[in-house]
Amino acid sequence: MKGHAVVGRRLRKLDGLKKATGEAKYADDLELPRMLHCKLLRSPHAHARIRRIDFTRCRAHPGVVEVLEGAELPARYGVIPWTPDEQALAADKARFVGDEVAAVAALDELAAEEALALIDVEWEVLPALVEPEQALAAGSPQIHEGKKHGNVSKHVGLSFGDVDAGFAASASVAEEDFFYAGSTHAAIEPHCALAQYDAEGNLTLWSSTQIPHYVHRELSRVLGLPETRVRVIQPFLGGAFGGKSDPFALEFVVAKLAMKTGRPVKCLLTREEVFFAHRGRHPMKMRFKVGLAKDGRIEAVDSKILIDGGAYSSFGLVTAYYSGQLLTGPYTFGSYRFDSTRVFTNKPPCGPKRGHGSVQPRFAFEVALDMAAEKLGLDPIEVRRRNFVGENVLTVNGQTITSNGFLQCLDAVEAASRWKERKGKLPYGRGLGVAGSMYISGTAYPLYPNELPQSGIQVKLDRSGKVTIFSGGSDIGQGLNSLPAYLIAEEIGCDPRDCHVVVSDTDLTPVDLGAYSSRGTYMIGAACLEAGQRLWAMLSEAVGAKWGCPGAAVEGALGTIRGPADGQQMSFREAVQLAEAKFGTLGATGSYRTQKLGGDYRGGTIGASPAYSFTAHVVEVRVDVETGVWKVERVWAAHDCGKALNPTLVEGQIEGSVYMGFGEAAMEEMTYLPSGLHAGPSLLDYRIPTSLDTPDIEATIVEPIDPGGPHGAKEAGEGPLHPVIPAIANALYDAVGVRLTALPFHPAKVLAALRAKAKHDGLAESAERGAC
Amino acid sequence: MQKVNITLTVNGDSYEVAVAPWRTLDEVLRNELRLTGTKVGCKTGDCGACTVLLDGKAVTSCLTLAVEAQGRAIVTIEGLAPKGDELHPLQKSFVEHGAVQCGYCTPGMILAAKHLLDRVPSPTDEQIRKGLSGNLCRCTGYTKIVEAIAAVAASK
Repeated sequence: MKGHAVVGRRLRKLDGLKKATGEAKYADDLELPRMLHCKLLRSPHAHARIRRIDFTRCRAHPGVVEVLEGAELPARYGVIPWTPDEQALAADKARFVGDEVAAVAALDELAAEEALALIDVEWEVLPALVEPEQALAAGSPQIHEGKKHGNVSKHVGLSFGDVDAGFAASASVAEEDFFYAGSTHAAIEPHCALAQYDAEGNLTLWSSTQIPHYVHRELSRVLGLPETRVRVIQPFLGGAFGGKSDPFALEFVVAKLAMKTGRPVKCLLTREEVFFAHRGRHPMKMRFKVGLAKDGRIEAVDSKILIDGGAYSSFGLVTAYYSGQLLTGPYTFGSYRFDSTRVFTNKPPCGPKRGHGSVQPRFAFEVALDMAAEKLGLDPIEVRRRNFVGENVLTVNGQTITSNGFLQCLDAVEAASRWKERKGKLPYGRGLGVAGSMYISGTAYPLYPNELPQSGIQVKLDRSGKVTIFSGGSDIGQGLNSLPAYLIAEEIGCDPRDCHVVVSDTDLTPVDLGAYSSRGTYMIGAACLEAGQRLWAMLSEAVGAKWGCPGAAVEGALGTIRGPADGQQMSFREAVQLAEAKFGTLGATGSYRTQKLGGDYRGGTIGASPAYSFTAHVVEVRVDVETGVWKVERVWAAHDCGKALNPTLVEGQIEGSVYMGFGEAAMEEMTYLPSGLHAGPSLLDYRIPTSLDTPDIEATIVEPIDPGGPHGAKEAGEGPLHPVIPAIANALYDAVGVRLTALPFHPAKVLAALRAKAKHDGLAESAERGAC
Repeated sequence: MQKVNITLTVNGDSYEVAVAPWRTLDEVLRNELRLTGTKVGCKTGDCGACTVLLDGKAVTSCLTLAVEAQGRAIVTIEGLAPKGDELHPLQKSFVEHGAVQCGYCTPGMILAAKHLLDRVPSPTDEQIRKGLSGNLCRCTGYTKIVEAIAAVAASK
């Protein structure tokens, strides 16, 4: 087998220079002749019925061209087809402060904004249910009337093995309440959409979305247009992290306004509105119980989780499952039970943020594991090693693990942090903590049931040697505009720089389901390999015929094709021309098809993935015990992503994940006033880490070759976020002896915990003295 | 409000534009001059995506009135490369080091880095981090951005 020419090399991204020169066009950089600007009127109430909307004064504004209200787009939609509970503009009632209720298209943005103030809405204000407990209380009004279970969005309860017997057999049991605060994506690019409805009745939407395919389907349904008349284009995207993976109100609104006016219409959200669009990390209140046998084996895990969903379903059905289903590695659970309830509240809807649904329980579990191990006197790394679930095994809930580099990850961070020499020997105020995790490389099944491929690739070979690759994959910064070029070039022996990757355009590119669940590398990669191998079969056969050798004896790399004889070579371009002469116009397709995976029970397919990534982090912290201020000195992050197709890009994903998790541990929190109003919807009040806040991050790539991944590759975009939060919590405990169980770990919380401990220790000491 | 005629010197080119006096520089650059390389993330000076150089100094163009920029040299990301076929070392280094992910903060980040290296040619990592602290990046964790800038400084 020949070595890799492209795969594994630190190549630069094909679109990097466009971004570094300002040439790359993002949604808001697009402008069309006669374009109108749209603004959305949002509810000032957390929960209120709309009695009447009067546009009289608004229409009189000289800049106003058209207005829109909910009754004109009545169809309900949602990214999950089982829970369509959103409307582009609320027709009956608003469910959170910021919910969209009307829209204006005007000659410029300023006129649109002025006109919003001239829309008169008559409200009937309803009680605001801001906390999930309020929403669950008997007698609370329903946020979504007609739902079967009050304000419960989704309840999942699953049990594997005899959990009660597991706890009875445990030598050490830790039980604790945890709270994970809600956080948001805060991509630097605000959401933006531009629609054009042409004379032939074709609608084109340019949108800052990471799921063009689902937007395509939902647009067609809500607007009542055939899918063949709708085209969705994702331009360059300025960050997403899961925050652009729902269909959003602005997409339907600009489309409808473009149809009504016959003019292009654009809508750009303000930063404040991005906080209302949200779909970020769900706040979770979690009770976790972990039981260990004497030797540290995990006998039983039990969790009860209350999930604050906000006003709409979004991905919530999946969130409820993920909060339990994704915890069953990298460790073997003797038995496992979880009970998760997602509840509607009158707040901006939560959804999938990087590490969807599993970051919160991972935090709780990894801290509880340390607590239980401490009682047995076990080293935190050692207890994780002893519970290693292994390779090619089924987890307790029936998920299939293929490759698993978790032990190498633990070894790497243990060595890099000098854990053995330093753990337990650092002075008071300094500490080390560890945590592990696993994540999916794509969800095994599409969001709507079908037998079709989840990813497709088409390749066209030009006789010039130019390779045009059509990929539906959504580049959100992770590199999916480049990946097809790397992989096709590897297969067919061209130079990746001679590849033009046409991306994310539902008219031009084959369907890819989108950038969610860390599916891109694995699934688009598989499609690339299939297309590339089909092309190579033609190229090598044509070249072999010319040289009088079998096609299998021909090799190609970086634009040069070589034969078995000494000095036998030709350019890629010549090879293409030979093949074109032999076979006619050259092209090929490749697909990734769904594999049958998952447990044989209701919900057993949710959390099923063709491969899982594994991560271990060690964190070193320093705490100022006078103020509670703490600092992460360094994060050692080792991630098993299978084969790293481009190590630079993989490191970028690890570092970015660690950064984002650090932000959630240290400072990020969506906070609301009792009225349901967001307490600080700006990048000043909602603090995210700056370059000065962010700790030093040492990323290590661990590369077990996965049997199913393209060249053995798995995901890298989301897994490495998980362990940093519990590793910080465990390091803080190591440093100063207090368990932080509620995020974020503001210095005030650390200080309060230190004072409570001092008081407790003081009392214990005086009690001891009294006993003497 | 009546518009005023102003002359802006952007990337060495002179433009005459009529703008409302309260219009900010980012709006005039993007909407009037169609220089969309300057990105806008918050309009409140928090994220730094809209950073441009004003007389060599990095400023948030969303907090700078266009009329204030008259008679001063404005450099946007489109004007940083010395020649058509040659990029600025920072642009190349950002791409080579993987410091560009989604790219939305990149123009502002590169201009902030340019201002930093003009003041401090051989910065420590700490000085680099301080120099970038007004520019938020949500993708990279800053590690590779710091490396990219340090590499340019080291190559001088």
